Formats: sequence, C-alpha cells, structure tokens
Amino acid sequence: MRKRLSVLLISALALSACGSGGDDTGDTTSAASCAPSSGPVNLTYTTWIPGIENVVKVWNDKNPNIQVKVQTGPNGNGGTYQNFFNQLKAGNTPDLGHIEYDALPSFRVQDGLFDVAGCDIVAKAKDQFIPWTWNQVSFGDEKSAWGIPQDSGPMALFYRADLFEKNNIAIPKTWDEYAAAAEKVKAAGGYITNFSQSDINQFAGFTWQAGGRWFANDGQQWTVNLTDDKTKKVADYWQGLLDKKLVSTVPPWTTEWDNAYNSSSAWTWVSAVWGANSIMSGAPKTAGKWRVAPMPQWSAGEDIAGNWGGSATAVFKNSKHPYEAAQFALWLNTSEEALALLNKEAQLYPATTAGTKYSYLGNPVEFYGDQKIYEVFAEAATKVTPDFTWGPTMTSTYANASDGFKAAVSGQGTLTDALAATQKSTVETLKSQAIPVKE
Amino acid sequence: MSVLAPEKPKKIQESLLSRTGAMLIMAVCTVYFLTPIWWLFVGASKSSDQFTSTNPLWFADFNLFANIGDLFAYRDGVFLRWMLNSVLYTGGAALIGTLLAAMCGYALAKYRFHGRELIFNVVLSGVLVPATALALPLFLLFSKVDATNTFWSVFLPSLVNPFGVYLARIYATASVPDDLLEAARIDGSGEIRTFFKVSTRLMTPALITIFLFHFVAVWNNFLLPLIMLGDERLFPVTLGLYSWNTQVNQIPELRGLVIIGALLSITPLVVAFLFLQRFWRNGLGAGAVK
Repeated sequence: MRKRLSVLLISALALSACGSGGDDTGDTTSAASCAPSSGPVNLTYTTWIPGIENVVKVWNDKNPNIQVKVQTGPNGNGGTYQNFFNQLKAGNTPDLGHIEYDALPSFRVQDGLFDVAGCDIVAKAKDQFIPWTWNQVSFGDEKSAWGIPQDSGPMALFYRADLFEKNNIAIPKTWDEYAAAAEKVKAAGGYITNFSQSDINQFAGFTWQAGGRWFANDGQQWTVNLTDDKTKKVADYWQGLLDKKLVSTVPPWTTEWDNAYNSSSAWTWVSAVWGANSIMSGAPKTAGKWRVAPMPQWSAGEDIAGNWGGSATAVFKNSKHPYEAAQFALWLNTSEEALALLNKEAQLYPATTAGTKYSYLGNPVEFYGDQKIYEVFAEAATKVTPDFTWGPTMTSTYANASDGFKAAVSGQGTLTDALAATQKSTVETLKSQAIPVKE
Repeated sequence: MSVLAPEKPKKIQESLLSRTGAMLIMAVCTVYFLTPIWWLFVGASKSSDQFTSTNPLWFADFNLFANIGDLFAYRDGVFLRWMLNSVLYTGGAALIGTLLAAMCGYALAKYRFHGRELIFNVVLSGVLVPATALALPLFLLFSKVDATNTFWSVFLPSLVNPFGVYLARIYATASVPDDLLEAARIDGSGEIRTFFKVSTRLMTPALITIFLFHFVAVWNNFLLPLIMLGDERLFPVTLGLYSWNTQVNQIPELRGLVIIGALLSITPLVVAFLFLQRFWRNGLGAGAVK
C-alpha cells in the first residue's frame, strides 16, 4: 500500500516536472568535449548499490586527485530516478548516477546524459564489454554511449534437482518440454514455477529471448511494438500454463513468494544470475537441492538466453569533469579489483567479457550442491541477443502491463489483451510527453 | 415507588444496549488498528527462515533481541543514526514549531490590527496545501541557494505548521480571558512576559495538542527528505527503512531488518502519545466547549 502510494506521488510529480521542462536547458552541450581537467577533481556519485562505499574507498585511496563522494537513496524506481529528474531541472545532479538499462532511454530523451563516447578512454575500453551490454548504453548507435555498462542479468533455469529426479522428470531443454514437465509436476503436487504477475521484467526477459522487440528508435521517432508475433507467442504460452493452473501466481518479492520456494511448492524459476541469491536467502530450507541449467529454448538445438536486469554508470550532462567521471566509471566496471568487490558486496554480475571469467565466479556454490553455477551464467551472458531496446517511458509501461497481468491472472482477460492495452497506453504516454512516436 | 418502578429497568436496558454497541464498535476498531502492530511485533521476533514458514500472527522462537542486535550492528549502526536524526528533525521542529504557532495564534486571537483576518485566512488556506505538493518547489528553492542535501533542507521547512496556528488561535480565544491580560498589563507586566508567564500556562493543553500533531506530521513527512537528501548519514528513519525496503529484491536479508526497524521506529511515537495523551484529551475538550 505504501509502495503503491509513493509510486502515485512520484508519478504525480513526474507529471508536474514534465509540464514545465524544456526551456531551461540553456547551455547546449557541445558533444564530445571530453578533456581531462587540470588540478584536483571532486566527483559525486549517486547509487543504491549496497556496500559501494567500500569499493569507492579503494579508488579514492589510489587517486588522491580524483576523489569520489557517494550519495545514496532508495532504488531507481523507488525515488532516485525522480530525484535525478528534479536535479536535472535544478541543475545540481551528481556527476555520476546509477541507472538501470531500462531507465536509460528516459534520461536520454530528457537530454540529461553526457555522451561519453567522445572520451578517448571510453572508445578504447569499448571492446572489453560483452557486445549486447554495450548496445544497452549505445542504443545501437556506433557513435554514442550514454553510460558505461555495469552489470548484467543473463537468465537460466533454476530447478529442484531432487524433486525432478524423485519424480522421474527430465530437465526441460525447450519450452515445450517445460510445459510437459509442468503437467507432471502438477500431478506430483507442485507447481513448475510461479508466474510473476506484477514484475513485468521477467516477462520482458522471456520476450527478449524469444526475439520480441518492444521498442525501436530510428533517430527520428520511436516505434512501440508490444504485440509482435514473438511477444504474442510468449504471452500465449504462459496464458496456457495459467489456464491449466500449472503455475502458481503469488505476488513476487513477498514472503508468500519466498515461502512457495521454501516449502517446495514451486520447483523451478527461470531467472537472472542474481536470482541465485534470492533463492538462497528466501528458501533456506532447500539448501543443496537446487541446480542451474540453461534457459529452455523455443526450438530444440537453439541456444539463446534472455536478460533480466542490469544497469549502467551514467555521466550527467551537468558534470564539470566528464573525463574524470568516465575514468572512474571505467575503473568501477572493468577493473578486476572493483568487479570483485562489487560482486562480494552486492552480487553484481559483470558486463565485461573478462569479468564473467574471473576466478571467483568459477567457484562451486554450496547451496547449489557445489555446482559451479556461474559457469552456466557466463555461457548465457554470451548468448543474449544484442538488439533489445527499452522505451523512454518504461515506468508507465510496466505499471500498465502489470495491472493487465494481474487482471489476467485473476481470470479477467488474457496476457495478450493486457499487452494490447499497454501498447495503446504506451503510445499515448509517449505522445503526451511530446516524444515523437510512430502510430 | 410504584410509579417509578416500570421506568427503571427500561432505562438500564437502553444504556446496556448502547454500551454494548459502543464497546463492540470499539473492540472492532481496536482489533483493526492493533492487528498490523501485532503482526509487526510477532514478525520482528522471528528469525528470517521462520518468518516465512510459520504462522504470521503467532510467535515461533523468540529472537527479538538477537534481531535488534543484528539491526544495530548492520553497516556500523546506521539505523541508530537514522533514529537520532528523526528525533532531531521531529523533536526540534515540533518544539520550535509549537512555539511559533502559539505566538502566532495568540497574536491573532488577542491583538487587533489591520489585516488580521486576512493573515488568518491566508494561514488557514495553508492547511489545505498538502506537504507533498510543496516538496518539489522547496527542492528547487533550496537548489538555488545550494542547500539541498543538508540538515537544514529538511529542518527549516518542517518548522511551520498552519494547522497549529489555527488551533492556537482557537484555544487562545477560548482559554485566555481578556480581563486577565488587562490585569497583567495594569500590574506592569510586558506583553512578552505576559505571553510566557500567563498565557502559555493557560494554553498548555492546546500546545501539547499542537506539539503532537506537529510531531506526527514531521515524522511522517516522507517525501521531503526523499527529495532533498542524498547523504545516507542525514536520513530520517522513515527514508532509511524505505531505501532498504526497495532493495529487498537484491539483498533479501534486508527484509528482516526492515521489519525490526519498523517496529523500533514506531516506539517514539507510541511513547510520545502515551505520555501526552492525558493533556491532549483535556485540550480537545477545552476546544470543543467554546
């Protein structure tokens, strides 16, 4: 309830913030003016990564001339993004900000970001990143970069090895096999998984894998396509499981949800790399019984993964020291010492090719029966298709889709209906914010 | 005797009925309001794995003190700092705010001057403007003077409370007799001295009411610190717990800390009410009669 209320308040503010924007972007940033500053530099960096102070301290100790000060707050959609927008209006953003991939386009559309592609150090470092993560900050444009990729959420299948074995069910390699397994799991008294009715990101990850592309931007205008064939295929698939009551539908990220896994009622979860930690702390009674396998495929023999989550370190337009900011962001997201610390403090999974192969990610994990689960995710990270683009109004798109999904789960309408309605409302939102959109 | 006899049982029956009804309504309300707090208390006393797997409304192993210890130890006791911040923001603002409201309301009630009603009406219309709507303009104002992300950016806007002025005026009119002020003047007491030595004594119940209202309003004003503050060490406890709560997906062990933190964060409010409610009731009564 409180969360809901704050979302309302924040969206009310967002409206008022948009109404009067536009004119006060006085200084037109001449792109690519990314030169080192002389003398000592102080940077501010706003993020909600837990334990970030310990990572930044390593940098500050080594770089007495570029000191970074951490500011924090709730997660992005919990208020920090709205704060960034307010600060853009007031002209006092931090130098660097933590922005998830799906929110990056909205800051781009509001002209809030500095294009770090003009910094020579960034151009040199580009090849270190897994291509699809780089695409998340360049939006497919070779010549720009609206941040440095920080982490990624390649998806895989978490499953209860003990229950599958006991009931003689094969580990599904395709979505068809997954649906067949769901019947058997139901017969054995469980649910194959819990369908995330209110967190649309999981569904987005499924769509990403299936090849659905919700948004595109040709440099002139946006295209919204929440109802393409691939997305429909995914929606129909899950609608089928819902209709047959083969999946449970408790709200995600609640204690009920934890309990569904803890009490062995839900047997699998197709989730991102960070999900490993969610299961570990949400379902302690199932220690040692989980394993990880690649995500089920739409056609046998394919090998494609989806992505759920991930974020970038962006440099704001108002920063007086974009070069040093980019320098810090690169260190934070490419150096082994920083990535190792980020992984230790906050379980961030790197966005660089080398990062996924670091030794600490090769260790067996006790909770998963000593399986080296991160090898599965390292493999998945290279199998994510590169051209998925987020839209500039994801907050409202998510909210609308989530309302529709919740209705569909309780029997009113279908997931496809919900997506069609979201398509319509998203186009309207874009238009109401004067963002060019193709009808 | 024989005349009165038939009336007596009827009278008792009536009051019994209304009393039972009243008790019933109160009992329902009590259950309704106390269940969440009970849930919170029970939840706070459980270890994290029992939290999801046992009856949410009854105890499992009693881990309350271990949980409190974990909370206080987490990130070098940042929670305690948040509590201290909250007490400073809230207690300080409520004290000064009550004084300001008392002086303003008293002046509006007891002195005649041009524009008095106009000022009162302007203040009164301020009651209608929700604090939420003011947060963003305040942020932009404080940005102009480079004072966002400071203690003052939350403290200063919390000092004023139009509703307090309104209450103070009503109470001052009702409980401070003009004759008494006249007598004080004749005895040679200055206006300021009269206000502090005589009038505030008479207005005490009202001032406590104002203090409580103000205390709760500032304690619950969540949006202002959310918008103003980026430095974790300045957060009030509401914002701190909210930040943790938004990170539960990422670090699930925070859920337990949020719950125990929420329980501890309501204790100052409960204490304030238990100590001051006696005065508050008197104050409400005094206002109602006039």
